[in-house]
Formats: sequence, structure tokens, C-alpha cells
Amino acid sequence: MAEPFGGSRAGEALRAYRLIAGMWIRSSMTYRASFVVTVFGNLLVTGLDFVAILLMFSQVDSLGGWSLPEVAFLYGLSATAFGLADLTFGSMDVLGRRMRDGSFDILLVRPAPVLAQVAADHFALRRLGRITQGVLVLGWGLLTVDVDWTTAKVLLLPVMLVSGGVIFCALFVAGAAFQFLAQDAAEVQNAFTYGGTTLLQYPPTVFGKDFVRGVTFMLPLAFVNWVPAAYVLERPYPLDLPRWTSFASPLVAVACCALAGLAWRAGLRSYRSTGS
Amino acid sequence: MGSGRLYLAVAVGGFRRYATYRAATAAGIFTNTVFGVILVYTYLALWDEKPHLGGYDQAQAVTYVWLGQCLYATLAIQGGGAEKDLMERIRTGDIAVDLYRPADLQLWWLAGDVGRALFQMLGRGVIPFVFGAVFFPMALPTDVTPWAAFVVTLLLATVVSFAIRYLAALSVFWLMDAMGVNQALMITGIFFSGMVLPLNAFPGALGEIVRVLPWAAQLQMPADVLMGETDPLRAYAFQAAWAVVLLAAGRLVQSAATRRVVVQGG
Repeated sequence: MAEPFGGSRAGEALRAYRLIAGMWIRSSMTYRASFVVTVFGNLLVTGLDFVAILLMFSQVDSLGGWSLPEVAFLYGLSATAFGLADLTFGSMDVLGRRMRDGSFDILLVRPAPVLAQVAADHFALRRLGRITQGVLVLGWGLLTVDVDWTTAKVLLLPVMLVSGGVIFCALFVAGAAFQFLAQDAAEVQNAFTYGGTTLLQYPPTVFGKDFVRGVTFMLPLAFVNWVPAAYVLERPYPLDLPRWTSFASPLVAVACCALAGLAWRAGLRSYRSTGS
Repeated sequence: MGSGRLYLAVAVGGFRRYATYRAATAAGIFTNTVFGVILVYTYLALWDEKPHLGGYDQAQAVTYVWLGQCLYATLAIQGGGAEKDLMERIRTGDIAVDLYRPADLQLWWLAGDVGRALFQMLGRGVIPFVFGAVFFPMALPTDVTPWAAFVVTLLLATVVSFAIRYLAALSVFWLMDAMGVNQALMITGIFFSGMVLPLNAFPGALGEIVRVLPWAAQLQMPADVLMGETDPLRAYAFQAAWAVVLLAAGRLVQSAATRRVVVQGG
């Protein structure tokens, strides 16, 4: 389908996203008590990952040679970056259902960018619970970890969170594009999104070398936290990468977005309605 | 039609219903396998640091991981089994139709959930387990006896798992909204079943407590029976006791609900 390009297009997408997300927020705020409970529940559910790490460290002093504060630092970065992506793009797994029941066609005829509509669909503010939990662990990690802070290291923190969030957003978009191919198989993307944030919560030394290669060069999750964190913590770089790669996360994020965007366009173009 | 055949038909229906979604099943197999690989690496690092943690060696810890991935959907450890439909039927009022049926409500839903569990086991659970056995060192018995004992504990685990979720579903008669209950099921299921860490590796008093809660019947017991870490008879007794207590509690709550609560109308 022909779509106009230009600066106003991004503005239009943002505006559509804001309006749709706002509608879902208003709807969830109708039941305030339920909302508060679900935010809290979301925080607890996502916190279970960290409880697992705490339970492990109740038995040992280090995991793969990393201390608890260092692992908490990794965990906080991974969980917060993923939380940002989950909040903004995390509802895209309903896309397969929309294609099955035919309601996706409604999004196509609306005068707003489809990706913005899909991303904002079922926008769930309760996902702030995940971000809150990630930030809390990150804060605790920062307070307890032993680091000689420099300006570069401090500046790298927000860069990591934003680039990491964008890398995960690209994963969500790629996952959504995959649903055009296999509508029932929406769960496959969980392996990459939820699986991705889970594995980044542990030090790279825990995993096999081929596994680390895979998540560095094929699916560049390592740039969410492993590689830049190696600079901050002055740890050996995974796979002996050169030092400059610590600052490459924003570039990796942009490349991921470009690829995900292409995948999304290809998927959207191949879409055939259910016809019923 | 004998009542045994009725419930068998319901179970077959549950099996076939889940067997319909082939792509979703394949996606589930893939996801369980990826999570299994991630968990295996973290467990190996943990057992490397502390060998014989919880009485397991590394191969046993690996076996535990893959059994967990195998039983995750089978026992609906984070929810999402028959109780989800039951909650929806209570919320919409369709439950009135179920109550009219000349069948026992609890047995009806149990039969459907057993059918679902059997499909999730065969269609979704076995492949990640075999993948694990091929690519990682596992501690599997070569004798038939432990495998037979394992199948019995799996059956009992399915009943306990259903009994917990059935009780949770009935709470919707009073709560009307299932969101909070589902979240609670998810959190308790994942944590107390030992999906995050084997229950026998939990520290101190917390370990003592989690090992006697009903969730221990779901993953820990079958794992220990399979790997010969516990006497099967002890495991059966533990699982059967919880099954009886929870099913009885379910019946009590069910009779209270059907007597006192007004069914939702549309």
C-alpha cells in the first residue's frame, strides 16, 4: 500500500498513538482499585525473576564469577529497558488474534499509521509495574556495586537504557511482523522478548560461547547491557570485543529498528484478510 | 450412557480442543525449548559454584529444568487451563447451563482439564524434554520401574494442579473479576511449584515450608520420583492427601457458591 513519507508522518503516528493509548488509560482508570492491584501484581510477577536470583545468591557468593550487586546491575538494566519496550510496544501479540477475527481490517481503513495503532492497541499502564521493579533493582545495584564512576560511565547509563529499550521495541515489531506469516504462533516472539530479557539478567560468563555469539552477532541483545556494562564494571568484554563496542549500542538500536521496519512493511504488504 | 463414558467423552473433547491449534503448539514447543536452554546455563553455573545443592548433582539439576519445561503447560503451572474457561463462564453467567447438566460440576471440569493436560504433555511437553536429553547430560533412569512410578505421580500432580485452580476459579462467584485471581495463581504457581529454583534448593525455613505446600506435588515430587530421590509411596501419599483435601474444599466452596450466589445474567 502506498503511504506518504515526510516529517508530518511521524507526528501523525505519535498523535494517533497518544490518542489511542489515552483511551485505553481512561478505560483502565474506570476501575481504579483494580488498576492499583494489577500494577502491584505486575510488579510482583516480574519480581519473581529477581527473587530467583536472590535465592541463588542465598546459596552462593558469586555466579559465573559475578557478585550479587553486579548481577543486580545487569538485571536492573535489562528489566528497565525491557519494561520501557513492553509499555510502549508490548501489546503487539494481540495482532494475531485481530487477524484471525478480522478486526485487523478496521485498523487498515482508519486514517492513521497502522503500526502506531497496533502498538497502542490495549495499551496497559499497569506495565509501569515492570519498569518500577527494574528501576528499584537497578537503583539498589548502583548503590551497592563497586565502581569508580567517571563522567563517561555516568553518561553511558541513560544511553544504555534508551538503546536497550529501542532494541527490545524492534524485537516486538519484528515479532508482530512474524505474525503476518504465522498468526497462531504469536508465542514464538516470547522466546525472543521475554527470553531475551531473562538471559540478559545473568552474566555472559554463565552461557556457552556459541550462545553468546548468537546473541551478540545474530540477535544483538548483548548490546542492551552485557557489552556496555563491561565498560562500566571494568569486566572482560564478552567474546573479547574491542572497547569501542561499549558505545555502539545506539547504532545497533538504529540498525535493529531499520530491519524491524522493513520486516513490518513486508508483513503488512503480504496481509490477506480472512475474507469472512 | 454410563457416567464413566460421559467423563471420558469430556476428556477427549478437552484433548481435541487443544490439539486443534497446531501452530500455537509448535510456537509453545519453541518457547519452552529456548527458556529451557537459558535456565540450564544458569543452573549449571549455580551447581558449578555449589555442587550437590539440594542433593542434586549437575545432571539432576539439568533434568529438573527440562522436566519443568515439559510440565509447565501440562500442569498449567502459571494458570491457563480449564479454570480460565470456568472463570469466564461464571463471569458471564453461562455457568447456569453447566449447573443444569446431569453431571457433576467438579468432575466435568476435571475430566476436561485432564484431557487438556494429556495433550499438552504429548504435543508440547515431550519434545523440549527430548531436546534436553539429546543436547545436555541428564540423569534419567534406564529401568522401567521409576518411569512407571513417575507416570503415577504425574497423574496425581495433574489432579492436585486442577484442584488448586478449581478453587481459585470458584472465587470468581464472589469477586466477579478474574484478573487478580489469575495473577495470584501465576505468582504462587511459578514460585511455590519450584519453577524458579528446585524446592529442595530453597534455603532454611523457607525451604521447609515450600516443600510441604500443595504446589510441591506438581513438579518437585514427579522430579524426585523420576530421579529416585524419594520413595514413590511417600510421594503418592503426599500428593493424594493434598488432592483429597483440595478437591473436598472445592466441593464445599462449590456448594456454598451455588446455594448463596445469584448467577450473573446478561
